Amino acid sequence: METFLQQLANGLTIGSMFALVALGYTMVYGVMRLINFAHGDMVAAAAFVGLTVYTQVMGQATSLFAVVAIFLLTAGLMACVGVILERVAYRPLRTAPRLSAVVSALGASLVIQNGIMLIWGPRMRIFPELVPQQFWNFGGVVISLIQVLILVISLVLMVALYLFIEKTRMGAAIRASSIDQDAARLMGINVNSIIALIFIIGSSLGAIGGLFIGLYYRGITFNMGWQYGLYAFIAAILGGIGNIPGAMLGGMLLGLFSAFISGYVSSTWADAFTFMLLIFILIVRPTGLLGERVAEKV
Amino acid sequence: MSDVLFTVENLEVSYGSIAALKGISLEVHRGEIVTILGANGAGKTTTMRTISQLLKAKSGSIRFKGQELTKVPAHKIVKLGISHSPEGRRVFGVLTVEENLLLGAYTRAKVNPKTLRWIYEMFPRLEERRKQLAGTLSGGEQQMLAIGRALMSDPEMVLLDEPSLGIAPILVKAIFEQIKEISRQGVTVLLVEQNAKAALKLADRGYVLEVGKIALAGSSAELLASDKVQEAYLGKKQ
Repeated sequence: METFLQQLANGLTIGSMFALVALGYTMVYGVMRLINFAHGDMVAAAAFVGLTVYTQVMGQATSLFAVVAIFLLTAGLMACVGVILERVAYRPLRTAPRLSAVVSALGASLVIQNGIMLIWGPRMRIFPELVPQQFWNFGGVVISLIQVLILVISLVLMVALYLFIEKTRMGAAIRASSIDQDAARLMGINVNSIIALIFIIGSSLGAIGGLFIGLYYRGITFNMGWQYGLYAFIAAILGGIGNIPGAMLGGMLLGLFSAFISGYVSSTWADAFTFMLLIFILIVRPTGLLGERVAEKV
Repeated sequence: MSDVLFTVENLEVSYGSIAALKGISLEVHRGEIVTILGANGAGKTTTMRTISQLLKAKSGSIRFKGQELTKVPAHKIVKLGISHSPEGRRVFGVLTVEENLLLGAYTRAKVNPKTLRWIYEMFPRLEERRKQLAGTLSGGEQQMLAIGRALMSDPEMVLLDEPSLGIAPILVKAIFEQIKEISRQGVTVLLVEQNAKAALKLADRGYVLEVGKIALAGSSAELLASDKVQEAYLGKKQ
């Protein structure tokens, strides 16, 4: 029972990080039918940007105000990078064959990854201790303040995003653009602005995910985007790519699954089982858990 | 009737090296119902999509109330007063009926409750099913939704692209009656149709489009009486 509860807490923590990152993949895919392979590297870049903001801008302060400012500044900066990425790497290829955009995405991934290496160096850096190391012990189950913060903030962000997409006029415009871009234009929706908005939201959520990764795992490397990006990508597929609640659910399930495998089997097997889960889901339900069957347009 | 609202002059559009419209000209007066007839591939939908700027013209001009439209991006056309119910309906399937209608008023600061009321009165089915996903409606109901959605922006002119396509005859009749009602409320209608008889009964004037060119133009009565229309669209042999 102890192992179960401990892994539940761990799983929810890493699951919420996966979910935050997965949202970026799924939202971009929803509107553009493009896998933004650079997203994982954007997440990694966010952790390094956060590190620099902490040392250079905030003067290594760890007050509540400073920590909030680090998060907001980093998210804002990464949102700008996301918009630039779309302008430079994807917009010129909007009408090109899909493969060109995929190659461009892979290229952007390499550019960002190597950019991080050139700026911050190839060695592992230690992410600052922005949150006090506080632990609670519930009869053997240890939960840290960081875990609680990651889970609570992620949930709040996800609920806010869900309400924004489902209940606002702008959210309806995003949904309309993801269904039929030409029909959306006929409604007067500026699809280019919607795509920019998607990159702003996706990149800033990814940036917060990246900062959480830094806070939780501490060691950050220039190429870690590949690993976390892959996990989040799997989470998006698991939930049904293009589906926003699906990405949230997929992230949480993937986090729990890999935590339980680590807890009950062995952490070395966690990746292998994760991919087996992905293959299994794709066989049983190719559209993912919440993905709609895509009807052919008449 | 002499108040010219909309003109197209020498419009040429091509898909790559294939010319779809080879210099067509037409005009629409305020308050009219004008129909564009033609067979498959004549360029009817291309004309409509070019008016809405989803396609860009190779040359020629499109003017609405004196303003040139060919340089305007597609998403700004609705705000100028032209809305478009596209071929194949293109409703947002996983959104509800009401969400679809509200998106029709996207460019408006506020939804005009009178317009929404009016649309629900014309098409009571839409009100009954307003919480239902648009993709679950029948073809005819989706067509009503597409027309209703186009009217939500309170346009001065509405482009209706083949509202009878793939719809049960009884619903076609109902929809055509409502097009008359739309016109009676002061909205100018440009109607593309393959169903020549129904369209000419409704319209004031018409143009016959053949492989990218205007082959014939005139009042509905003239067109109905012309040998060419009789033969090609109404199935009468000489």
